[in-house]
Amino acid sequence: MENLIALLVAAPLLGAVVLLCGGRRLDAVGHWIGTALAACSFVIGVVLFVDMLGKDAEHRALMQHLFSWIPVEGFQADVAFQLDQLSMTFVLLISGVGSLIHVYSIGYMEHDERRRRFFGYLNLFLAAMLMLVLADNYLLLYVGWEGVGLASYLLIGFWQHKPSAATAAKKAFLVNRVGDMGLSIAIMLMFTTFGTFAFGPVLEATGETSEGKLTAIALMLLLAACGKSAQVPLQSWLGDAMEGPTPVSALIHAATMVTAGVYLIVRSGEIFNAAPDAQLVVTVVGAVTLLFGAIVGCAKDDIKKALAGSTMSQIGYMILAAGLGPIGYVFAIMHLVTHGFFKAGLFLGAGSVMHGMNDEVDMRKYGGLRTYMPVTFVTFGLGYLAIIGFPGLSGFFSKDKIIEAAFAKGGTEGWILGGVALLGAAITAYYMTRVMLMTFFGEKRWQPDENGNEPHPHESPRSMTIPMIVLAFGSVFAGGIFAIGDRFLHWLEPVTEHAHGHPPVSALTVTLATMVVLVIGAGTAYVQYGRRPMPVVAPRGSLLTRAARRDLLQDDFNHVVLVRGGEHLTRSLVYVDHTLVDGVVNGTAASMGGLSGRLRKLQNGYARSYAVSMFGGVAILIAATLLMRAV
Amino acid sequence: MNPVNYLYLAALLFTIGATGVLIRRNAIVVFMCVELMLNACNLAFVTFSRMHGNLDGQVIAFFTMVVAAAEVVVGLAIIVSLFRSRHSASVDDASLMKL
Amino acid sequence: MSAQLAAAATLSAGTSTGEAFQFWVLGTVAVAGALCTVFMRRAVHSALCLAGTMIILAVFYLANGAYFLGVVQIVVYTGAIMMLFLFVVMLVGVTAADSLKETIKGQRWLALLCGLGFGILLAAGVGNASLKEFTGLGQANANGNVEGLAALIFTKYVFAFEITGALLITAAVGAMVLTHRERTERAKTQREMSEERVRGKHLPPLPAPGVYARHNAVDVAGLLPDGTPAELSVMQTLRQRGQIRDVSAEAISDLKALEQRAEDRLERTNSGPGKGSNRGEASK
Repeated sequence: MENLIALLVAAPLLGAVVLLCGGRRLDAVGHWIGTALAACSFVIGVVLFVDMLGKDAEHRALMQHLFSWIPVEGFQADVAFQLDQLSMTFVLLISGVGSLIHVYSIGYMEHDERRRRFFGYLNLFLAAMLMLVLADNYLLLYVGWEGVGLASYLLIGFWQHKPSAATAAKKAFLVNRVGDMGLSIAIMLMFTTFGTFAFGPVLEATGETSEGKLTAIALMLLLAACGKSAQVPLQSWLGDAMEGPTPVSALIHAATMVTAGVYLIVRSGEIFNAAPDAQLVVTVVGAVTLLFGAIVGCAKDDIKKALAGSTMSQIGYMILAAGLGPIGYVFAIMHLVTHGFFKAGLFLGAGSVMHGMNDEVDMRKYGGLRTYMPVTFVTFGLGYLAIIGFPGLSGFFSKDKIIEAAFAKGGTEGWILGGVALLGAAITAYYMTRVMLMTFFGEKRWQPDENGNEPHPHESPRSMTIPMIVLAFGSVFAGGIFAIGDRFLHWLEPVTEHAHGHPPVSALTVTLATMVVLVIGAGTAYVQYGRRPMPVVAPRGSLLTRAARRDLLQDDFNHVVLVRGGEHLTRSLVYVDHTLVDGVVNGTAASMGGLSGRLRKLQNGYARSYAVSMFGGVAILIAATLLMRAV
Repeated sequence: MNPVNYLYLAALLFTIGATGVLIRRNAIVVFMCVELMLNACNLAFVTFSRMHGNLDGQVIAFFTMVVAAAEVVVGLAIIVSLFRSRHSASVDDASLMKL
Repeated sequence: MSAQLAAAATLSAGTSTGEAFQFWVLGTVAVAGALCTVFMRRAVHSALCLAGTMIILAVFYLANGAYFLGVVQIVVYTGAIMMLFLFVVMLVGVTAADSLKETIKGQRWLALLCGLGFGILLAAGVGNASLKEFTGLGQANANGNVEGLAALIFTKYVFAFEITGALLITAAVGAMVLTHRERTERAKTQREMSEERVRGKHLPPLPAPGVYARHNAVDVAGLLPDGTPAELSVMQTLRQRGQIRDVSAEAISDLKALEQRAEDRLERTNSGPGKGSNRGEASK
């Protein structure tokens, strides 16, 4: 069975190679090949999953050693895969949601002449992400990590003819590089500390290592996670990444890329468990991002950017949960999976709306679309209910658990984190209701564009609606299936461990509180946006709104602190280079030149002068000979 | 008297010849000074021959004379042709090596 | 031969007082000759001093038991090579006395410094070497110096000898090649020469040098009646070389000095202005 693991990665990788190297001949069938190979990966995943279910919990992990990558004395890097329950969860999510997005893209990218290439990149994305979650050591994980970065760069900048897309791709890549640096430093630290990269030995050895080193490693891992998962302070790339085609956004936000950071933290759980300070930083980062993303989501009129803010916020929940330690790991992953369903559904729904509205993204120019695109409305609506945590739907179960776990952290920290999580839930309800109302309710607000083409909202083709329907099912039922009877908990417990916290308030109270804030959030949004007509041009808004529209000034911050600072640093370095380094170099050259100019005078062209030098040289030789004899 | 004095004399003559080569500008005189140096060497060789009691030193001195004769012939020919082209026998005038 | 052998026998034992005397006297002369070679302003004088030094060296060779070399030194070096030098000096021009003024800055001092240092070091090297024992040539010259040399040259050094032969021939050919000059213009026929003689500018014979002059050397131009030198009277070769000696001014000043002396002798201290002016006109 374990021989199938490599096929999980190999299938989409093969697709990427074939599609990217195949040339024009494959234009007609490229998207089918890509989709088939993604689905193939999913089928293999399902087969392995069924096989895994047949075993008892302790013996479910599978290992596959492919080959020794860099076998050097004292340095052993292997290409080996490890499939345990955690990886299995990710494999199913990635390949399942990924396959659905492939299917969706067939319709969405129908009119794009570079569709084959697009599918090649999608396959590459899947392959890299699967390698990331299947690797049995940090070095191979890093390969997948960088592969994800590359694929995201290619896909965000897929429409590179738009300067904004090219810039966004570059931005995503650069910001991710910061995180990647963290991961590479973490791996180097691991090697110097433990002498190996493999998960097993590293995680087992945490008990015998000093807390300081572990904290350093953990903080570096957190930096890496912040980069990939768009957490504060490396969150700025996520909003701009909306420049890519919508399926890419769905893929990045739901199944791949941003989940990598959560995976990394949960996978390295032992390291974080042994470094409580780092864990605290993780929870703080999660809590800050949770609010940050939610506030940004409230102010955006661009439907995709509003959803991007939402993603940031939801990933913040997961990071927060992961930072809570054993009481939160399982719920982080559970929320990740349910989020994968409903966020993919929401993005695909947004894509469907844009598809029908001539690629218009401004929600102020939507309105009343529920009658024009019923399927999209229903699936998007179910996703909406799931994300705000409507009782019985996926988000309800997973988010509720995280809030509970936050309270269960105990002490003041627990109260603060729990409060932040509750506040986040309220804001989530607010901005998602806003999106829903602005898009599907109210009067129609669209107008002909400058070319006089009035959008004709219509339902999307079957290839796009079917994935949405499937994902809507996931949004509705996944949470219940996971949570009732603690199935998911028992499934993951052998890998991530689990500890029941001691919440200061009962679970029921937390649930009720969540319900209350949900109603408050949604109600506020309804009062603000549902009861009165929506202005087509955005009002000026409060200071907070304007700041949130500018992504809470994150880019301004980066510009002032990093870009300007970098420029100043560069200028001072250039100055040092020009004065000091060049001074030394030019001074040497000038002194050589001056010396040569003086020595040149010895070359006066007179044979007798040269003869004197020779004669003097002979005298010196004799002196040296005599001296050597004397010594 | 120790015959080693001949060696001191040879060294002295050689030095005088060498200094002359450096000081004089007339190519012919420079050449004469070179001959003086060669003769000083020959004196040293002859003295060495006496010192070691075999004739090899004298043979070398003999060969030196032959080579000196050949050298004088060619050297003077060069001086003559140099004089023809430059109307001067000064070695300083041929300072073409200077840039 | 027996006298030589006796001399050789004494050589082996050391040096006699006579040889010491000879060394100190002739050595001083040799060094003086060498110094004169270097410091004489005229190349001819240098050559003659060098010849003297070489003869003294020949005597030293003889004293050192190198009879063959001593003779060869006189015959080949002093006789042939130095004469070759004198020929070349003549070709280049005997009159060209070098000025001993140094043109290269610091050259003379550097040369003297290097020479001094070199000489001291060389002497130190000789003194440093352990040269106490002299074997002497009595054994080696037992069958005669020339025979001994011949035995060595034609056996042990035969290849070197042959090669020096080749070297000599090469040198001779090389000297010929270097000094040989192709004739650049056609030689004049006898007819052309006679026509030139009769129809040229100078119908009478060319003026002889030294005419109306106090010199009769070939390089001194004859003076024309007005006292200017007639360049035509000097042979063409010297004219082309620019080696004409203009003695007109010299001669006039000589004449003046002579007349002055004559007047002093005759105690004609006060010469009239009229006379002086007359004399000045006459001298022109």
